[in-house]
This record gives sequence, C-alpha cells and structure tokens, in this order.
Amino acid sequence: MATLFQGVGAVTPFSASSSLDSNKLLLPSRKSLSISDSRGSIFVYRSDALNLKAATRKQDLLIPNAVATKGETSTSAKSGHELLLFEALREGLEEEMERDPRVCVMGEDVGHYGGSYKVTKGLAEKYGDLRVLDTPIAENSFTGMGIGAAMTGLRPIVEGMNMGFLLLAFNQISNNCGMLHYTSGGQFTIPIVIRGPGGVGRQLGAEHSQRLESYFQSIPGIQMVACSTPYNAKGLMKAAIRSENPVILFEHVLLYNLKERIPDEEYVLSLEEAEMVRPGEHITILTYSRMRYHVMQAAKTLVNKGYDPEVIDIRSLKPFDLYTIGCSVKKTHRVLIVEECMRTGGIGASLTAAITENFHDYLDAPIVCLSSQDVPTPYAGTLEEWTVVQPAQIVSAVEQLCQ
Amino acid sequence: MSLSATKFVHPITTPPSTRSSDKPLFSTFFGSNHTKLRFNKPIVAAQRRSSSAASTSSPVVAVSDVVKEKKLKSTSNLLITKEEGLVLYEDMILGRFFEDMCAQMYYRGKMFGFVHLYNGQEAVSTGFIKFLKKEDYVVSTYRDHVHALSKGVPAREVMSELFGKATGCCRGQGGSMHMFSKQYNLLGGFAFIGEGIPVATGAAFSSKYRREVLKEPGADEVTLAFFGDGTCNNGQFYECLNMAALWKLPIVFVVENNLWAIGMSHLRATSDPQIWKKGPAFGMPGIHVDGMDVLKVREVAKEAIERARRGEGPTLVECETYRFRGHSLADPDELRDPAEKAHYAGRDPITALKKYLFDNKLASEQELKAIDKKIEELLDDAVEFADESPLPPRSQLLENVFADPKGFGIGPDGKYRCEDPKFTQGTAHV
Repeated sequence: MATLFQGVGAVTPFSASSSLDSNKLLLPSRKSLSISDSRGSIFVYRSDALNLKAATRKQDLLIPNAVATKGETSTSAKSGHELLLFEALREGLEEEMERDPRVCVMGEDVGHYGGSYKVTKGLAEKYGDLRVLDTPIAENSFTGMGIGAAMTGLRPIVEGMNMGFLLLAFNQISNNCGMLHYTSGGQFTIPIVIRGPGGVGRQLGAEHSQRLESYFQSIPGIQMVACSTPYNAKGLMKAAIRSENPVILFEHVLLYNLKERIPDEEYVLSLEEAEMVRPGEHITILTYSRMRYHVMQAAKTLVNKGYDPEVIDIRSLKPFDLYTIGCSVKKTHRVLIVEECMRTGGIGASLTAAITENFHDYLDAPIVCLSSQDVPTPYAGTLEEWTVVQPAQIVSAVEQLCQ
Repeated sequence: MSLSATKFVHPITTPPSTRSSDKPLFSTFFGSNHTKLRFNKPIVAAQRRSSSAASTSSPVVAVSDVVKEKKLKSTSNLLITKEEGLVLYEDMILGRFFEDMCAQMYYRGKMFGFVHLYNGQEAVSTGFIKFLKKEDYVVSTYRDHVHALSKGVPAREVMSELFGKATGCCRGQGGSMHMFSKQYNLLGGFAFIGEGIPVATGAAFSSKYRREVLKEPGADEVTLAFFGDGTCNNGQFYECLNMAALWKLPIVFVVENNLWAIGMSHLRATSDPQIWKKGPAFGMPGIHVDGMDVLKVREVAKEAIERARRGEGPTLVECETYRFRGHSLADPDELRDPAEKAHYAGRDPITALKKYLFDNKLASEQELKAIDKKIEELLDDAVEFADESPLPPRSQLLENVFADPKGFGIGPDGKYRCEDPKFTQGTAHV
C-alpha cells in the first residue's frame, strides 16, 4: 500500500494474540500533506477545524473532503521519527505543556512514577510537582478538582490510572464536566481532558478490563475520541488539550507499544473526524481502537478471498463523523460495525441508529454490528477471547453481508 | 500550625476505653446514643444549649491557638463599626426577604421544581462572604440563592433565574439549585451532596497554581466551600480535606450544620457529631462557631480567610445553625420537634444582630427600617423584572451544550452541524 511506511513495526508485549500484526499498521493517510513544505510550521490535518479565527468564517467551515482517499500521496519513508504509542501521547502532552503553561496533569502516579503506562514519564522532573500533580487515590475528588481548576483558568489533563477507576468519578464527569457549561448559561467552560488506559487487556480481570464508551456516550456536552496509532494518539491528544470542550480520550492497554514513524513537524488532528484506514468498494467496516487491528487482520483474509473492504477508524466516538461514514455507505451500501464496546447501548448501537436515520436508503443489507459480549470480562484467557470480537467472526460476517 | 491544631483532638464524648473483648465499645455507644436520640430529646436539646451557652463567653467554642491569640489581641469593645453593622444587616435582610419572596412566588406558581430556602442560616452566608474580595470564589450547594446574593449577584438576576427567564444569571438554564456567576466568581450551586467540594478544591488549586507556577503575584484568591452536616458523611468531604491540607490550598470549608439532612437528624447519621474535630484529624484547624451569631461567624471567617490568603492552608469551620423552613418548599416539615424549632427561632440571627446594634447604639430603629424598606423595594423590582422578562427562546436550546459547538460534529453533508441554521434556531435534533 502506498500509505505504508517502511520499517513500521509493532512491538506488542502486552498482547498474547497476534492481533497486532505489524504489517497491518498503517499510517493514516493524509490529503495534500507535504511534510517537507510545512517543515517547522504547525499544520492542522485536513481542515482548519481547530483554527478558531478561520472557523468564524463560514466558507472555511465547508469541508470539501472529509478524509483522504485512495491513491493519495504519502510522506517519504525516511522523514519523521519512530516512537511507541505511549511515547507519542507523551510527546503530544509535552508539546502542549511547553506551549501553554496553564496545561497541567493530575492523577494517580502521574508524577514521580511517570504514569502507570509511562505516558507522563519525566514530565514531573521537567515541569515540577504542581504541573504534574500526583494525587491521592480519590478519583471522584481529583476529577472534580480538575473540573474546578478548568473552570478557573487552567487546562488540566486528568489521568485515570485505569480508565475503569473513573467510574468512581462518574458523577463529576457527568454532572460537572458535561453539564456545567450549560447550566451556568455558558459562563464557565471546562477545557479538561480525561484520559487513560482502558479496554479489554490481557487477562486483567473484569474491573480492569472495562469497556466504558457505552457508559460515557450519553453524557451531553462532552466529546469522546479513541486513539489507535501513535500518529493519531499524538494528534488527538494535542487537539483534546486545545479544545474548549471537555474531552475523554480513550487509550487501549494493548496498543501502548505500537511503533510508528510520525512527522517531526507539529500537527494537530481534528477531534470530529474519522480516519480512512483502507479504502475499498464492497463493504464499509467501521471500527475504532484495538478492534482496528482485528479488522485489518480479517481484511487480509478477505482480500485474499476476493473482497475489497473499506475500513474506517471512526476515532471520534462522540460525535460521529457522519460525512466520512456517509460517503462510504453511499459507495459500498453495506455496513459492518466492529467494536469492543458492550453490545447493549454501545457505540455500535448508536452508530447503527445514526446510519439508519441518515443513510437508510443507501443500504442494500441490514447493518451488522459485532460487539463484545455483555458479560463481565472474564479472567480466563479462553473466555476472554470469546468475549471480544475475533478476526474470524469479522471474516464470516463480511462474507454473509456480501452474499 | 498543625501541631497547635491537634491540641483539639480530644476524645470528648467517650473516654479512651480498654476494649474488652466480650463487649465492643461501639455497640454500647451506638445503643446509648440511639436510645437518647430516639426517646429522650430534651437531653439532646440541653446538650446543644449548653454548647451554645459556652459559646456566649467566647465567639468560638474551640479554635486553633492562632485564632485564640488573635482574639485576645483585639480588645476593642465593639466587634464592628456602624458601617459594617449596617452592611451585615442589609445583607441578612436581603437574604431573608428574598427567600420569603421566593416562597410567595413558588406558591403563586411563578417558580418551579425544588426550591430550598435559607431562612435562619443568614449569619453564615453574610458572616463569611462579606469578608471576601470580588475575585474570591464561592462554591455553594442546592441552597444557594443567598450565597449568590451575598457574593453580589443582583437580586434581579437570581429572581429571574428562579422564574426560568432568559435574563436570569444562567439564562434560565440552571434554576434554583444551579446559580452561577462568572462575574462574581460564584462557581455554582451544586445539587448533589458533596460534589461541589472537589470543584472548590480545584478553584483553590488554581489560585495556588497561578501564584506558584504562573508567577502571578496577585493570585491570592480564597475559595469558600459551603455545605451541610449531611455532606460531612460523604467521602468527597474527607478526600478534599486531605488534599487541601496536603497542598495547603487557600480554601475554607464552611459547614452549615443545621442539624438536619432533610429528615435525617445529624445525630442519627454521624458517629461523632462534632464535625469541626475532623479538621485537626487532617492537620488543619477545626473551628466550631455559633452560626446564629453573625458577629461570631465573622470573627472566625476573618481569621480563616486571612489564613488561607496568607498561604497557610485550609480551615474547617462548623457553623451551628438552623433552617427555619422545611428542607425545600415541597417538604411539609412534620418531622422536626416544634420545641426544637421554637428554640432556634428564639435565636434568630437577624434579631440577634439587631439587638447588638441597638445595645451598642450602632444603629437606630429608623435606620434599620429604612434598610428593610430599601430591600423590599429592591425585591419588588426584582420580581417585576423577572415577571416581565422573556422566557428563553427556542434558539437558546442548543447554544451552551458545547463551549465549542464543533462538538456537535460533522453532518452527512460534510459541514459542521452547528453551521446548520437549525442549530441557531434550536430546532436541530441532537
């Protein structure tokens, strides 16, 4: 593939399965992006969505093309630098802390320990204990503290040591993060980022293997994004920090050690846009986070069987990028959703509803949604594997849909 | 500081016991307490009276040494000047009359939902908030109208908010329990028990951050977190006492102990009802003050706020107070003992201040009547303003969901959905 960087490889010590096939790790394709031309300057991927000045001008909000399509150019393989996903997150974080002294981090073990997955490693030494604040184990209170700090001028990033722990802060995230801007009549903004490792890991047991997207998605006033590659991890982290809205950034425990070459130049992604992973003609496969790799593994088999699936990493879990999704549906007329989320009230369910509402006439077959099972994530490896969607299921679902 | 504060950690109610294995201490404690509370109310009342009697000799029953020393130094005869006295009186009257007006308007069908009135507790709001600078932060609860008024939010805006009008301080989007004012640094009424305390702690963290990281020398704002006795059994209270003391945040935790969490007596809910004692446990001063006496509250407030502003850390203040009305206007208030209500009615904080002003010839009956009249007119004006104000238009519905409306996402046409006129009209389906 044209968009493949040479030398990209995934190191996956967390993953027992071979689901993270290094050869499947694609760099997100970019439209008319010339790194050599933009060296030394900030560029915003695709749209000027993050340029507030430009956003006030209506014509600039017209988005001619939601995502890059097949056959576009890529950067040369030699440019950029190679790093792991957790390092990309850290790089984004550090750049934003350098850029804006109001950006600060708080959470359990984010400081001296460097974060449970080392996303904040070295930052406390560089920026001091107040900017990288180690908190007591009190999720509800330090999340609320982050919100209070955001209301009064800071731009905090609250790390859930494990995203599941933030269930203890659900009230603060829901009632305060999501609603305060509204209930205050727009007087107070909450520019906060809530992030941390989540998802089904490798036999971490039920409480540490949460699929939280379903819980958070109906909170009004927050945005949710899920990163899946070092490139988008960094770009989304930076975008989330710069957003005036509260943003939940989902990271996946099994993806932290993915390796990729990313540009040396500063870049920021859009929080609202999906990412084309593999353009195709026969079926639209919508996925995000770790399931992207299960899908790409299945795609390999499918291509060998003669199918041409289009794979989209929806990335923005709330709101959905209906343009990218819609364009794909109008092209392929078939939709398969693959997610790790709970089936009941999950992202897939919302996505199904959104596609049905907006693009029903373009569908040639009912939408199929492969979610993980509505069970507490089991400890035993075999049971855990059956809980989440496996590549073989994706292959057979595509075969059925394309009959 | 923390050393001196710890002097007050004495096991007062129960002597240290050598635990006998066959009879755990807590069961006897619980049993006797339970019996006492359930069937022997006069004893409880007597206990409370004796504590308030003790507090008449000194404004605070138990304070840190710093506070006590300060007290001894200020040997002036009067606690306040005439001007200060009139400011306090006016603010308390504003709070009292405003709430009475709310009750009227609620029963006339002008305001809706849950409306919690502050009658009886005015000394706390006035005593504390009138000591603040405009830049200082206040975090309140669902009983927040009077905190907003004391902080300076115009009565018109608060009343209009209660009427659900577009001219309200939150454009009619918050309501009785969610009063905010960016202009006056009122960070909100928080309607769930305890959730405001972490937010207040965050505001205090901001002040410290701005001073120490951003090197803004003027960043000396103090945050007041108001909450009730019921909240003091909630984890967020303890978590934030810990963090505030740990990082010496400029915050004062103000407990408005009105003895009742709706229908749950404080004594039935709390193993050790002396809330102020929890301050020293976290390394901060714990102070108990008669919350029905604005002058005593004011003394304590001054000390605690100045301490926070000096960067010496947080203080926990328990104000013993009482609400003269039910929990909310929907509460028939049948549970509380009439004798208890009468007892506290006799300690009305406004009557007490009046008496002080008269006794010390700081104000005449006429002057106070003039203030009453002024406030009555102000409230008539506020009601008229609220009544005549427009209801929020449909176009307001989607305006403040996101600070950056791009949060509504990209539509099927590739444009940001917020660009659709339906979003400005408020008719879009989100």
